[in-house]
Amino acid sequence: MSTSSIFLILILLFGFLITFQIAKASEYVGILKGEKKNLEQNNKINGFLMMVFLVLGLIGVYWCNELFKGKILGESASDHGIKIDRMLRITFWITGIVFLITQVLLFWFSYKYQYSEKRKVYYFPHDNRLELIWTVIPAIALTVLVGFGLIYWFSITGDAPKDALQIEVTGKQFNWIFRYPGKDGIFGNKYFKNIDDQKNNQLGLLWDDPASHDDIVVNTTVYLIVNKPVKLIINSRDVIHDVGLAHFRMKMDAVPGTPTTMWFTPLYTTEEMKKKTGNPDFEYELSCDQMCGKGHFSMRGVVKVVSEQEFILWRAKQASNYAQVFPPAPALMKADSVKPAAAKVKGESDSKLVAKK
Amino acid sequence: MSNEATLHGHGEVTTSHDAHHDEDHVHHHKETFITKYVFSQDHKMIAKQFLITGMIWAILGGLMSVLFRLQLGYPDSTFPWLEDILGKWAKGGKIQPEFYYALVTMHGTVLVFFVLTGGLSGTFANFLIPLQIGARDMASPFLNMLSYWFFWLASVVMLSSLFIETGPASGGWTSYAPLSALGDASEGSKAGMDFWLVSMALFVVSSLLGGLNYITTILNMRTKGMSMTRLPLTMWAIFFTAVLGVLSFPVLLSGFILLLFDRHGGTSFYLSDIFIASTNKALPNEGGSAILFQHLFWFLGHPEVYIIILPAMGLVSEILAVNSRKPIFGYMAMIGSLFAIAILAFLVWAHHMFVTGLNPFLGSVFVLLTLLIAVPSAIKVFNWITTIWRGNIRFTPGMMFAIGFVSLFISGGLTGIFLGNSTLDIHLHDTYFIIAHFHIVMGVSAFFGMFAGIYHWYPKMYGRYMNNTMSYIHFWVTLAGAYLIFWPMHYEGLAGMPRRYLDYSGWVSFNQFGDLNRFISTVAMIVFAVQLMFVFNFFYSIFKGRRVTNQNPWGANTLEWTAPIRPGHGNWPGEIPEVYRWAYDYGKDGREFIPQTEPVGANESKH
Repeated sequence: MSTSSIFLILILLFGFLITFQIAKASEYVGILKGEKKNLEQNNKINGFLMMVFLVLGLIGVYWCNELFKGKILGESASDHGIKIDRMLRITFWITGIVFLITQVLLFWFSYKYQYSEKRKVYYFPHDNRLELIWTVIPAIALTVLVGFGLIYWFSITGDAPKDALQIEVTGKQFNWIFRYPGKDGIFGNKYFKNIDDQKNNQLGLLWDDPASHDDIVVNTTVYLIVNKPVKLIINSRDVIHDVGLAHFRMKMDAVPGTPTTMWFTPLYTTEEMKKKTGNPDFEYELSCDQMCGKGHFSMRGVVKVVSEQEFILWRAKQASNYAQVFPPAPALMKADSVKPAAAKVKGESDSKLVAKK
Repeated sequence: MSNEATLHGHGEVTTSHDAHHDEDHVHHHKETFITKYVFSQDHKMIAKQFLITGMIWAILGGLMSVLFRLQLGYPDSTFPWLEDILGKWAKGGKIQPEFYYALVTMHGTVLVFFVLTGGLSGTFANFLIPLQIGARDMASPFLNMLSYWFFWLASVVMLSSLFIETGPASGGWTSYAPLSALGDASEGSKAGMDFWLVSMALFVVSSLLGGLNYITTILNMRTKGMSMTRLPLTMWAIFFTAVLGVLSFPVLLSGFILLLFDRHGGTSFYLSDIFIASTNKALPNEGGSAILFQHLFWFLGHPEVYIIILPAMGLVSEILAVNSRKPIFGYMAMIGSLFAIAILAFLVWAHHMFVTGLNPFLGSVFVLLTLLIAVPSAIKVFNWITTIWRGNIRFTPGMMFAIGFVSLFISGGLTGIFLGNSTLDIHLHDTYFIIAHFHIVMGVSAFFGMFAGIYHWYPKMYGRYMNNTMSYIHFWVTLAGAYLIFWPMHYEGLAGMPRRYLDYSGWVSFNQFGDLNRFISTVAMIVFAVQLMFVFNFFYSIFKGRRVTNQNPWGANTLEWTAPIRPGHGNWPGEIPEVYRWAYDYGKDGREFIPQTEPVGANESKH
């Protein structure tokens, strides 16, 4: 052990010894003064401290708010996020008022009604009217919160627009795999027993399904189009992960064997966010939000939100997974034009997706 | 028990002579050290066994949190002395990721189950039930003893899992499958997970034996005149706690057994479509559902948080009334709200699963039911506040902690309204917001309830007082510390900062809180040191504390204060007292308090 930690422990022990001696001495003094006097004195001090705690506490809460104002939330970068922020504000105000009232009453009463020889307590075992009031008022407040909450909840979890960009996200220990359906707009079939990292088939795509031939598979960084809805079809290869997108205020688990979905519309490109936040290193990050093993804290993905032209350019440069595995086979690449029509997931995963809805 | 005074006390025993003589009539069988202190069937000794075991666990669990706070506060520093103590788990003086996750997992498991369930319910249910309902002991003292020893076995198995080569379980206290099912996916899911499951199974047995006993005793063994509506609220709270435990723990056990099958029996309850990169193999399992485990887990897991908080509510209700010298406000509403919470506890478990891909409609039902819990909780809070209103408050250490409990319960309860709303949960799920929420509302709150109970009933347990000065320091540092630690975490959570990360330096979005994390870690260490002072105060006072000279030191109405200062096995010498009134006649008709044993006078006013 280093000397500094020994030093630290010695200081702690010393502090403790002093406290202990004071505590012991004050107990003797208390006995000398008599139990009643002792109680009255302790009561005064603690009653006063209750008030001090309340005042300092409320100042602290305000100060904490000011201190972190710029470090939390920021502007929501998705349409769903705007709704979530609004809900957050509604809840914040309602609970904030209740917090203030109840804490003030609690500590103020503690201070005001501290022991005094003269005080006669008020025998007040129950009052139906009062109890009814504080049953009904919280019930009304909660109805409001549930109402708003569910309206937003259903609009966020509702069906994605038909023209949404479809991307499959797959979590694995400890990074992310993204798949675009390619020009045909259809995800090819896959089967987990076909997965082979050595043969560059991270997702277990079935090559005998022609729809899989133009599927683009990339790691770590995913590209989205600004102002265009995106629907993520979320899978996991091993344990449960979670696609967490703090700036878009979105989150959905990646569960092995049970695909999940979420959709949203990004509102600002990465470049715009760099300006908005004043941070030249800004990136939209995809964090794993479900404990998944020792590398959980480093399971980072990057989301690049770009304009439609940039996206098309980027996609044109990507070779499909099939083309990487069986290089060059230009004859197989069909010259379909990019269809805005909804991408369709075929086969096994199709039926699961339908069942989810 | 009474012999303790002669065993440990110095000087003459003058105060409790009567109690001594009487006690000898109560039990004629000869007591040895083993039957009295080890395999005791006396509910009071079993309570102390639960309490002290719980305290040992609390120290260990707290120490774990200090270790991982060290990592979170100082992610770039190395602490060579850590390697001296922990070996390969802190290679080069840095806590390794596997070990970090083992620490958080064990911290959660230990505190939720061993301290705040075993330690809290085990202590106060055992200690108070027979004393407050007027019974000589539990319905089955033998089962009660077994309940402790199963807890002890569970503790031994859990403790030994800390020393196995691959380390203890490290998949979080919730141990979600498939991570917990696959040894190849995580070191902690190897032998450590088996130890964890066996330990938890033993713990479930302990809880069930205890719970059945509590329910039976409260229902069947109340003394003459002690109708259910004359019970102190502690009894009601413990009763509902026991019912919750008995109905939900078996579900958890079933979930664990299926997990064991998946781990060792080749079944596919929770497993499907899994490819393990570390072995480069696809598993044969198909058709299982990882979500099933979460349903089974949270079907206990949610009632579990009420198993933790209800006893604390009961203790606090009693202590607030006694020390305000005023009846608890709205006794029937308090029972009603306990009942409502107990029912709703079973109907909200899926609010832990809003982002698992749960059907949104199902999610909306759980939102409604979850936010409904706020209504009985609000009733309780307003009733507590009204109880101290126009009282005559004595700030005994127990009372201080009870007031602290209410403050923390309000703060933590209100953030539950954020998380229970699925819309907000999308953003806040698994961030520091949830850590702040549950640590305040069930972690620290329940601890405050427990501390309140310990300080309040310490004179009954040991016939001595704890040192007041140390108690007050303990209270103020812990209350201020709890807020300083957990309040700022809400802001980290609002920024979306995920929990269970040991290092945020690789992230653009979450690395703005370095100073804050250091601050939190520092406060956490101070608060931990003060808890050690409490432990010292506790043990020191057993032997050296100021003696209790008054049979009823707080001037309370309940039956335990009619028993001798150091009651023997059987609690009351001679007849068990009879009860004539409810437990809360404080400040009635100009009298400071009227014990339950006093017959109702002819011209007494009605309440």
